[in-house]
Amino acid sequence: MDVGDLSLPSAILVEGVQIVLALLAAPILSGWIGFCRSVLSNRSPAGILQPWRDLVRLFRKETIVPEGTSFLFRVVPFLVFAALLSCVLFVPALVTDPPLAPVADAVVLVGLFSLARMLMAFGAMDAGTPFGDLGGRREMMVGFLAEPATLMILFTASLWSRSTALPAILHSLLGASAPFHPSLLFALLAFILVLLAENGRLPIDNPSTHLELTMIHEAMLLEYSGPLLAMMEWGSQIKLLLYLLIGTDFFFPAGLPASLSPGSLGAGLLFLSAKLLVAGAGIALIETLFAKLRIFRVPEFTALAYLLATMGFLIHFVLEV
Amino acid sequence: MDNDTFPKRVSPGFCLIPREDGIPRAIIPQETPGDYFEEARILAASGGRFLGLWAAGAPEPRICTAFLLREGLFVLVLPLSSPEGRQTFPSLSSFLPAVDRFERSVRDLFGFTPEGLEDTRPWISQGLWSVPPLSSPPGTCIPETPRADLREYPFVPVFGPGVHEIPVGPVHAGIIEPGHFRFQVVGEKVLRLEERLGYTHKGVDGLFRSRDISSGARLAARISGDSTVACSIAFAQAVEQALDFTPAAGVRFLRALLLERERIANHLGDLGALGNDAGLGFGLSQFGRLKEDLLRRNRTHFGVRYLFDLVAPGGVRATLDDTAIRDLLDENRILSAEVAELQKIYDDHGGLQDRFQNTGVLLPEVARRLGAGGVVGRASAQAWDLRADHGGDPYRRFPPALALAHEGDVAARVLIRFLEIQESLVLARALLEHLPENSIAEPLPDNPETAEGLGIVEGFRGEVLAWVRLSPGGVIRAAHIQEPSALLWPALEVVVPGNLVADFPLINKSFNLSYSGHDL
Repeated sequence: MDVGDLSLPSAILVEGVQIVLALLAAPILSGWIGFCRSVLSNRSPAGILQPWRDLVRLFRKETIVPEGTSFLFRVVPFLVFAALLSCVLFVPALVTDPPLAPVADAVVLVGLFSLARMLMAFGAMDAGTPFGDLGGRREMMVGFLAEPATLMILFTASLWSRSTALPAILHSLLGASAPFHPSLLFALLAFILVLLAENGRLPIDNPSTHLELTMIHEAMLLEYSGPLLAMMEWGSQIKLLLYLLIGTDFFFPAGLPASLSPGSLGAGLLFLSAKLLVAGAGIALIETLFAKLRIFRVPEFTALAYLLATMGFLIHFVLEV
Repeated sequence: MDNDTFPKRVSPGFCLIPREDGIPRAIIPQETPGDYFEEARILAASGGRFLGLWAAGAPEPRICTAFLLREGLFVLVLPLSSPEGRQTFPSLSSFLPAVDRFERSVRDLFGFTPEGLEDTRPWISQGLWSVPPLSSPPGTCIPETPRADLREYPFVPVFGPGVHEIPVGPVHAGIIEPGHFRFQVVGEKVLRLEERLGYTHKGVDGLFRSRDISSGARLAARISGDSTVACSIAFAQAVEQALDFTPAAGVRFLRALLLERERIANHLGDLGALGNDAGLGFGLSQFGRLKEDLLRRNRTHFGVRYLFDLVAPGGVRATLDDTAIRDLLDENRILSAEVAELQKIYDDHGGLQDRFQNTGVLLPEVARRLGAGGVVGRASAQAWDLRADHGGDPYRRFPPALALAHEGDVAARVLIRFLEIQESLVLARALLEHLPENSIAEPLPDNPETAEGLGIVEGFRGEVLAWVRLSPGGVIRAAHIQEPSALLWPALEVVVPGNLVADFPLINKSFNLSYSGHDL
């Protein structure tokens, strides 16, 4: 049975499973990265369930809203969470064609990420604290520097399918004649840089710092507490998961189940988990080896990403057509 | 001493009485405010480094100002006579910019007015007292009566298109001491930084009054936890000078050993934190491990992790047997190798060096003008190290090499710490190998009349200075401990402008100044 012609109930089921899995797996993925970082720097790790424990702890707390904030401050966590979670509906994870995929292509995906980022910056600036402003301002800078590179990577990947729809890209890559695409190698390198920049990882931002003045992403969350903070954290973890899913879709699509039989779905889940674990360990390795960049070096970093993506784009026409 | 002949005495060839336990230290009473101002000017002009200014309150109000010369330590003492009305003293700010906050603190705490000081803002006071708390004799209760007009501190504003302020602290996101920083920035670039301290003020100068020597020593040990050995040794030296007592060689060796252990532990901690603040968590875990091992050995051999209360006036409260010495020598060897390896990792790490180099540059000329000493000064070509320069007893036998750098950036301060750890390890090794017969605290002699003494020692941050005035029977009439942070905080203010806001924590960490030691 092909995924494309599912009945409505089964389509809802497929998307529902995908959402639940993403909600469950995103904190575990962050926990896994933290686990690897600890082990790599000779510390005893907190366990991969630590982000889940943190989320549960935060959700149990009461909501405290700073004085002088507007309704924007309260709704932003829900909007950010919703924007990021809706991306889960479109990104192929367990099946090559999620039923809702035709609704949105890769460009919309990038737009949804930008929307979440912009909302987060609004929420941070709404509190009127200097750190919120500082974080929001820096986040927007990193975002607008990284976005061209992100789009260029998507365009490079879509050159085979002549379409920016994610399932179409995936099919063209799965069924491509050549086993190896030099253009995609460059795009992959660019993608790694963009992934680090967009998700507030080292060497752009240090997710584990307590120094207010150096923060980017964390500075925007300083005024949030309790369940609202949990929504923001959870949203960020989902965003990281989404980036890794897009990365595996584009660059390591092998192992995606071709049919909806329980056997191939199980195998697909195993493959996917393995790929995510390896990717997470890779991020942890990068974060352990690199120091944080001086903030004015970020443009160099993202320019490199853009350059690599553009080279991949051009190489497609030189070598692959 | 005779005031008329004094100016000739600070010329080269001035003869101070050499001391077995450290550099020569002299208290020079001044008769008139004019004398005081003139002597201070001469000392500053003859290459003296200003180390601190403090006061003692009623019943013997006085102002003390310390200068360190290559020849020795000089403290000018100006008694303030007129008991009725406003008590004033001449401000030294016209030729010593560093004196500003010291004189403002004296005004806040004692109510003595520095004449000629332009800055009329409070410094230590947070607007909680209606009268200066140390102006009345010991034992008087000062009620806390907040003054609304002093709660708002007038920071110097900066105007211009796009300029805005970032207030940071006194409550920070991490678990650190409280202090407020006011940044004036354009985008990410700092135009001006102004500090506001005093949040950890605990009235130490008042707490010293009427204490006996041993409880005074306990107080001195708690002025800044990371410099407890240095503060204790300085206080002990001051008491010993007042009572004309010289500790035995074994005591001096053990004190020097404890001081080096404190220095090594703090430098290890700082190096790890510097790596971490640049985003290299690996550094924190590695140096944290080394520091923790050292602290645990402290506990095994001395009974305390952070070496509190081991140094007492008259002696030390620690002994080392042969097994302990062997164990410490083993530790010394391992630590030396491990630190060398980590230094290589730090040196070869491009990302880390990119953050360290050319960040937070303190130019040698500025460092000289501000009188910066210690690690910060030595990273900016200020060649002052009491251990290398003056060599009291154990240092004279095993003089450590002076660590010196000229760049004055964060990288230079990191380098100085690496060099000093290795030098300290060599020194500690020599001390352990030649440790004389142990001797514990000896009973101190009594003083038949009021006596004054000074102590100074090279702590891990810089020179720690102590002054004590004892009544007969060993009761402290007044005492003061000057931690080097007070001199270095203004240097931090000078260094930060021109850097990125996001680099401030790194620069701050490379200074690693004490809030508690400054606020007293």
